[in-house]
Amino acid sequence: MNGFLAILQRDLRLALRQGADSVMVVAFFIVTTTLFPFGVGPEANILARIASGVIWVSALLAAMLSLERVFQTDYEDGTLELLTLSPVSLELLVLGKVLAHWLTTGLPLIIAAPLMAVMLNMDQNGFVTLMIAMLLGTPALSLIGAIGAALILGARRGGVLVSLLVLPLYIPVLIFGAGAVEAALLGISATAQLQIMGAILLITLAATPFATAHAVRQAME
Amino acid sequence: MANFSGSDLTCLRGERLVFGGVSFAAQSGDAIMLRGRNGAGKSSLLRVMAGLLSPRSGQICWDDENIADDRIAHQARLQYLGHQDAVKPVLSVRDNLRLWGQLRGVKNLEQEIDTALDVLDIHHLSRVSGRYLSSGQKRRTALARILIGQSDLWLLDEPTVGLDRESCGEVSRMIADFRSSGGIVIYSTHIDLEVDNPVILDLDKFAIPMVEWLMEHSEFDDLGPDPAQEAAQ
Amino acid sequence: MHRFAKPSVFLKLTDPLLPWLAGATAILIATGLYFALFASPLDYQQGDTVRIMYLHVPAAWMGLFCYVGMAICGAMSLIWKHPLADICARATAPIGATFTALCLITGSLWGEPMWGTWWVWDARLTSMLILLFLYLGYIALVNAFDDPERGSKAGSALALVGAINVPIVKFSVDWWNTLHQPASIVRMDGPSVDPSMQLPLALMILGFTCYYFVLLILRVRLELNERRIRALQLSGMFDERSDQEAEKANSYDAGHNAEASQ
Repeated sequence: MNGFLAILQRDLRLALRQGADSVMVVAFFIVTTTLFPFGVGPEANILARIASGVIWVSALLAAMLSLERVFQTDYEDGTLELLTLSPVSLELLVLGKVLAHWLTTGLPLIIAAPLMAVMLNMDQNGFVTLMIAMLLGTPALSLIGAIGAALILGARRGGVLVSLLVLPLYIPVLIFGAGAVEAALLGISATAQLQIMGAILLITLAATPFATAHAVRQAME
Repeated sequence: MANFSGSDLTCLRGERLVFGGVSFAAQSGDAIMLRGRNGAGKSSLLRVMAGLLSPRSGQICWDDENIADDRIAHQARLQYLGHQDAVKPVLSVRDNLRLWGQLRGVKNLEQEIDTALDVLDIHHLSRVSGRYLSSGQKRRTALARILIGQSDLWLLDEPTVGLDRESCGEVSRMIADFRSSGGIVIYSTHIDLEVDNPVILDLDKFAIPMVEWLMEHSEFDDLGPDPAQEAAQ
Repeated sequence: MHRFAKPSVFLKLTDPLLPWLAGATAILIATGLYFALFASPLDYQQGDTVRIMYLHVPAAWMGLFCYVGMAICGAMSLIWKHPLADICARATAPIGATFTALCLITGSLWGEPMWGTWWVWDARLTSMLILLFLYLGYIALVNAFDDPERGSKAGSALALVGAINVPIVKFSVDWWNTLHQPASIVRMDGPSVDPSMQLPLALMILGFTCYYFVLLILRVRLELNERRIRALQLSGMFDERSDQEAEKANSYDAGHNAEASQ
């Protein structure tokens, strides 16, 4: 457990010192979301209709863009090699790094989401569900993304590649995340969707540390 | 007395046979110096010893127990110094070192860091961020890392790269101290590091031609070159 | 040189199999096409368009079959670390991607006259499209490394992860579709398929499967031979300077050792 806290603390400290990273993710999220009204027109009820989908798609893209820094810099400067060789299980370290990634990208996105919902004229009774859905969905995004980020270590054109690998796997989160908000907007209970999102989170939480650690070990060979 | 040995190691990197049939043995207090031309597999052998790379054949044992059976135990006893220094530019030297101590579960961590920094003569830099360090100072930070915490085995890949003559002396002293306390050091170097009678392992002798090796290893048939076609025609 | 004349295990096993498989493929597809195009009845609603189905359904089957095959290869590479499993997965991917694309294209060709539109966000079509994306991601990953072996290994891990995800994706797409789709879409799976249609369908599915195995064997051979060539180049056999010695047996040994002792 000490190893988990140590890597979490180090990654958070790194993210704070290079503060621009987190800010950039949120800025990307906001800019992408604001592009949609330009694309579909400023009509309030159309924007309200597509708000939940737009917010989720933008959050997906923002989370994906920040994936590269989970392992890439550590891989380049030899840190990852030493982490693999440290007497702490790599699975635990991977989990620590993913948690740090979520705290520095997922969490700011959740805070920024209601703001964008207001700008897209989303009805107020969807806000709480949106935030709960994002609270369940964004950790799953970080976890799934970590596998992709680990698989592309040492590859050419890693950035584009990771999007091709990871985005299809993000589809379930998108469907249920947007579905939950839509249900809430229609006044139906969103419990079913949120429960499925919880299930997806648990499955990814159980499976990704092993897959990611395996991919990292492969990259070290 | 600890005993670190490897037998009949063969290493394949990206379809290229690096070396074959390497064996070595070391007891507490021993030092092994790896020698060989570029591409002879010095780094690969050190990575195999660390467990980062699995050998194509052969095994490595610590006290007659295969290191692949208990990786965490092997990782707890070894310190590895690679080509890269793993110094984060935005963290201070002390913060950089702290992570590795924490991962090893070192008690009295701050004290140990102080001692390590003193040995490498960079204590005055402990609060400086990594980005302001010269390459030699980064290398010393990396060397300080291997002094933190208990270890029985040092695997040093070109420890003196980027260091001046004086610092090389410090590295020699570090190695001598570690050996006198019962550690095993295995290192590769281009310059002559002053180490007391190391065992020399010349990897050039183990560079066997791929074709020859394949003739003896038929289980590899499906995986690598098999000039059967050419011979048949 | 006699020891070199030992063909590898893979070749030994597949060499006698290949002509039989190729023959079976030709016969099955030829008879299947005959029944599909001439000897099967027209659908009373769909007319000749129904004949697209004899390509579409086998292609869809192959798309799924190949992905399952890739995932199994990935699992085998994980468990037994046998590089042949990686090579098989790598050889399967483009075949599966082509069949999936074929399925989507024939589906939209069928959909235009039947549904009046080239594309609908039907659950099956959408799932197939995502499957195609998964294939493309795999192919891109496998080819993104300088060391092909590393690419194959990473690909196997991805295929396994993708296979765990496929049911989840399928489930979520079905769920999404029932929520959004107006129920007016004609589904292709009618209550029953007429026996006269079953025969050509079965022939075509079998024929496509045999075709896949023929391609797989050829592609794996190609990959193995490419590796041989690369390894031989690395071993110094093709050194231009030793051209005049090339006729003498074992000249490469001498050449290599000379190089090694430099």
